[in-house]
Amino acid sequence: MSLSRRKAVSSLGATLVAIALRPMRSFAGEVETLAAIRALFGEKPMQTGRVALQLPSLAESGNLVPLTITVDSPMTETDYVRRVCIFANRNPRPWIAAVTLGPKAAKAEFSTNMRLSGTQDVIAIAEMSDASLWTAQANVLVTVGACDSMLMRR
Amino acid sequence: MAFNTRIRVPATAKAGEIVEIRAMIMHPMENGFRVDTQGTAIPVDIITDFVCSYDAAEIFRVRLEPGLAANPYFSFFLKATRSGVVEFAWTAQDESVTTASAPIEVT
Repeated sequence: MSLSRRKAVSSLGATLVAIALRPMRSFAGEVETLAAIRALFGEKPMQTGRVALQLPSLAESGNLVPLTITVDSPMTETDYVRRVCIFANRNPRPWIAAVTLGPKAAKAEFSTNMRLSGTQDVIAIAEMSDASLWTAQANVLVTVGACDSMLMRR
Repeated sequence: MAFNTRIRVPATAKAGEIVEIRAMIMHPMENGFRVDTQGTAIPVDIITDFVCSYDAAEIFRVRLEPGLAANPYFSFFLKATRSGVVEFAWTAQDESVTTASAPIEVT
């Protein structure tokens, strides 16, 4: 088969278009994270600060990533943290957990372990008793993600 | 179905002291993305709620999602006000509840 220059150019163009239009890997992206956040908190403005995320900057396994969240709050009957929501912005399901603290919790601090599907940002949003929202985020480098069997299936 | 749990509550505390509470439940927290050796997907099987209460008040409540690691673990703090029992309850997605409790003596 002789390949004319015109044919070659047009087939190259078609290939490039096909590559560009190929559906993205269906990771939940930042868009879905924002949708999840909006579903929980609406359009209320958020401020950065008062929340501290303690995370390893490099996690060897995404299956178990320790996380400590501290919120700067006096934790009295009138001024306390109502809830803290945790998101991982490239997990298949970005929402990780919602923690509600009672006014009798002594400190606005807790630890848990989470799963991360890969290197990404972890976002925490704290809702105070006066309904203001405070947020913080931290990046974690993950060597082996938690959902590798899922990725191989695709 | 009840699951094994591990809880840690200090046996004694001074009045007003802030003590750390730790609680863990042995549960695989299947996230629905894993496949077995035959290649069939393992369905989601998770604990959905965890509550710790003390002195007639909720201290700590979590809504769990599959993004939490297997054997979900939480550590948090409470202020010891009076002698009593610290109660823990985990609800699985089939609505079955696993409970645990530990006494705390406040001096």
